[in-house]
Amino acid sequence: MMLTDFSIAEARDALRAKKVSARELTAAHLDAVAALNPRLNAFITVTPELAERQAEAADAAIASGTAGALAGIPLAIKDLFCTEGVRTTAGSRILGNFVPPYESTVSANLLRDGAVFLGKANLDEFAMGSSNMTSAFGAVENPWKRRDSDAALVPGGSSGGSAAAVSARMAMGATGTDTGGSIRQPAAFCGLAGIKPSYGRCSRWGVVAFASSLDQPGPFARSVRDCAILLGSMAGFDAKDSTSVGMAVPDYEAACRRGVRGLRIGVPREYRNDNMPEEIEKLWQQGLAWLRDAGAEIVDVSLPHTKYGLATYYIVAPAEASSNLARYDGVRFGLRAGDGDLTDIYERTRAAGFGAEVKRRIMIGTYVLSAGYYDAYYLRAQKVRALILKDFSDAFTQVDALLTPTAPSAAFAQGEKMDDPVAMYLNDIFTVPASMAGVPAMSVPAGLSAQGLPLGLQVIGRPYDEETVFAVSQVIEDSAAFSARPAVIAGGRA
Amino acid sequence: MVRRLAARLACWGFSPLEGIDPNMSLDSATVRRIAKLARIRVEEADIARLQGELNGILGWIEQLAEVDVEGVEPLTGGAQIALRLREDLVTDGGIPEQILSNAPDRVGAFFTVPKVVE
Amino acid sequence: MSYSIEGSTGTWEIVCGLEVHAQVISKSKLFSGAATDFGAEPNTQVSLVDAAFPGMLPVLNRECVAQAVRTGLGLNAQINLVSRFDRKNYFYADLPSGYQISQFAHPIVGKGEVEIELADGSTRQIGVTRLHLEQDAGKSLHDQDPARSFIDLNRCGVALMEIVSEPDIRSPEEAGAYLRKLRTVLRYLGTCDGNMDEGSMRADVNVSVRHAGEGFRTRCEVKNVNSIRFVMQAIEAEAKRQVEVWESGGEVHQETRLFDPARNETRSMRSKEDAHDYRYFPDPDLLPLVLEDAWVEELRTTLPELPDAKRSRFMREYGLPVYDSGVLVAEQSVAEFYETVARGRDARLAANWVIGDFFAALNRTGKTIETSPVSAASLGGLLDLIADNTINGRIAKDVFEAMVETGASALKIVEERGLRQVTDTGAIDDAVEKVFHAHPDKLAEYKAGKEKLFGFFVGQVMKAMAGKGNPALVNEAIKKRLVGG
Repeated sequence: MMLTDFSIAEARDALRAKKVSARELTAAHLDAVAALNPRLNAFITVTPELAERQAEAADAAIASGTAGALAGIPLAIKDLFCTEGVRTTAGSRILGNFVPPYESTVSANLLRDGAVFLGKANLDEFAMGSSNMTSAFGAVENPWKRRDSDAALVPGGSSGGSAAAVSARMAMGATGTDTGGSIRQPAAFCGLAGIKPSYGRCSRWGVVAFASSLDQPGPFARSVRDCAILLGSMAGFDAKDSTSVGMAVPDYEAACRRGVRGLRIGVPREYRNDNMPEEIEKLWQQGLAWLRDAGAEIVDVSLPHTKYGLATYYIVAPAEASSNLARYDGVRFGLRAGDGDLTDIYERTRAAGFGAEVKRRIMIGTYVLSAGYYDAYYLRAQKVRALILKDFSDAFTQVDALLTPTAPSAAFAQGEKMDDPVAMYLNDIFTVPASMAGVPAMSVPAGLSAQGLPLGLQVIGRPYDEETVFAVSQVIEDSAAFSARPAVIAGGRA
Repeated sequence: MVRRLAARLACWGFSPLEGIDPNMSLDSATVRRIAKLARIRVEEADIARLQGELNGILGWIEQLAEVDVEGVEPLTGGAQIALRLREDLVTDGGIPEQILSNAPDRVGAFFTVPKVVE
Repeated sequence: MSYSIEGSTGTWEIVCGLEVHAQVISKSKLFSGAATDFGAEPNTQVSLVDAAFPGMLPVLNRECVAQAVRTGLGLNAQINLVSRFDRKNYFYADLPSGYQISQFAHPIVGKGEVEIELADGSTRQIGVTRLHLEQDAGKSLHDQDPARSFIDLNRCGVALMEIVSEPDIRSPEEAGAYLRKLRTVLRYLGTCDGNMDEGSMRADVNVSVRHAGEGFRTRCEVKNVNSIRFVMQAIEAEAKRQVEVWESGGEVHQETRLFDPARNETRSMRSKEDAHDYRYFPDPDLLPLVLEDAWVEELRTTLPELPDAKRSRFMREYGLPVYDSGVLVAEQSVAEFYETVARGRDARLAANWVIGDFFAALNRTGKTIETSPVSAASLGGLLDLIADNTINGRIAKDVFEAMVETGASALKIVEERGLRQVTDTGAIDDAVEKVFHAHPDKLAEYKAGKEKLFGFFVGQVMKAMAGKGNPALVNEAIKKRLVGG
């Protein structure tokens, strides 16, 4: 087996057993990056020297018996996480050549556990998007291709680069962030496991903020178990983040093996409608059958405010973003444009530095918060959000987890859906409600579309009950036995 | 295109786009005002396109008006826990080089901007 | 007597409200761990959070919350156990994040009041609408470079309490009294040092005018006035300006103005059309602030005796008139000083000495209570010498001056200079005799009816005794002699 085909769990064992060295593992992945990244554009910045140094340190730690849980495991870090000494762009021109003098808490946790950073993964600019088409550093190509078509597909977004890197075996795992679906949807599009933990489970300190009440870091991997391993390292209370939850991190890896016997799985009726592609409906039914066979009870539930999730999201997220992005003004870091007075500097810097989608969202956000509109839009949206949370809380009195599709389609082609912002927003229709409620949700690959593209199912759990989410997802993964591989892959034919 | 979108939205349960309250849509003066508030320079040539895009988005999110929110408290965070407080200790600062390290225009220990007249 | 402005269309009264920004005394900032000391080298008291670097987040300082609660309790105000932080969004060079974290809809302190004393002895209650916590901004220097402004973020993020008064103020004098009283209360509580010249206390002044009986007319705001005297001048100048506008048929428009002390007038700030669209919304990086009732009550028990209560007690315990008590409690350190002097002694005498000679000496030598050359114990010692007749009041003044100069104790000075009072009636009679002998004409005038010459004789006898005569005995001796013929 190629080193780039190992799972994190397998690599961990092999490293401990000294069957392979961290240096070798990292070198294999750096080779894959060199070979595939020029085409896929999954990485904005590649850090080979840093990775090699970290791999050496991991080997030394393994030799002396002081290795951390992720010693020597090569990862891609979404370029939304500030990494000390390594350029961080948020996929935008406006950060210029910003080199943070600090490390985000989540990436610091991974470094603490011995992980190796291959580089910074591409993303939709400021995490705003579902296709990775809005990055200032170019689009990312999905390693998967439609049967009999050469069209370049999107990997999903905003964490498109992270998903493409893991899917193409350039990295063993990756960090992403999920605000409205930015981990789950690319995971589904790229045939990966990806989880958005409960809000507050992972620290947001050092993560470039998009929508503060929604953003949540989380992992991508090629198996549910690998995801659990990564989350175990990433998660944890951080006193520097006032929204960080003061709960101990459970053993997620162990939770994967719990099974689902006796669990009640909810099927929210509002997630189904006439526009649903038939193959996704069938996959959903298949997923329910797998869970039933594994001993779970399937229960119909209702989440009446589901259809308002997207509209609520597209008021709240842009509003918070319009405020969070005010600091990008050309004064203390990043790009500075304009040569007139201070207002001119602000206006030209931000016009030149922000892409079209970011500008649209800042303007929507500014508008919905502006004088006379706050009550009608933002305040109302936060009330509807409370109703969405209540829907989930009520459902969770009857069931332990929910199963839904992750996305309304498989990966689409680059350039599709670009003529109308709202068309793009509809990609998030299944993922947004869980974000609004702050509950944990995971996408796990469950099957292939008629055109041979991965399709994912989404498992949603109670607040802080990622363990049940992992348990249910593991059963889906075991039942699906998803073994398809993307067309573009390390060691494969180009 | 708008009809196709309207049809798709209707299937997903969103109200159709016809009958949008014209008072709720943005005129170009409002677009300019918002751009000013957001300190983003928008060229005249782009105002119309931006206006169309923003109105498209706003028209779609208008549907929230139909929800009954009587007596509902707004949610602010995913987890409703009270704010944690920290001890009053000096644990930070004293790092002027880090603070100034990325400044586009720096003079000595200061950031600089074009002179502001008050 | 109320303050009014006479105009051609009638008499105008002033309606004024004050918004005071008081810098909270704390070691570190409201939402970051950087230091708050005044006068540090630029950008050395700045954390990544204060400079709004990507991914930075606020964490609330418990002591700043406590200081706000203490202040609320000191203003007899309602403490809101649940309050919230909101973002006030605007762009300015000294505001790195592009928003200020403040409290808009749900402040930590609600309605309270401040009692003010006016020169004519009357008192008034000025209402406090609310108090909230917010971040201070950085500082821009506009005079370092011809084309550029320099930004120092040291002050950025320091905790401020914004204390908003009701529009109850009706004259510049009342405004001054309110600010002085507020400053005193804050200093007593230790929540703000009230140094307007260092900028730790600033006032925005809202002024409107009206005819008696009318509702409120449009007001203007005069921003960032940094001394009590200027506040009083600004109110007068702005009120007069507004009266002129109304009387000339114009209309006062709501705007923000600055006070120019050199010209004694206000002028409009550069207009910013959207300056007031701050797009307030709850800060999503913070959760609601929830206080425990027990914690608030505990803070209440640790409050010091406040000026009004102390003043009442001084009047009661020491029998002092209201004015003197007021002077003594204006500064907590002065009140403490006084009580040390007065304890076990003649309280009124102590008050006279502290307010009179002692304050005069501090003024003259440019010292403060903290750097005083004469300690409270020392001054007390002087009073003891008066009380046991070792020296008289006249000599005591000389002794005091010597104490100020040398720092020595009263007793030491009296001994060294041989200033003990003379109580020997024989010596006194001798001196009286000598004086009568030297001024027969005056004696005759007195006997003819010019009774006020008595004081002349007293003065002459004291002079002859180098001031050391016991005044009561001198008086008695002279009286006896005059009566006796």
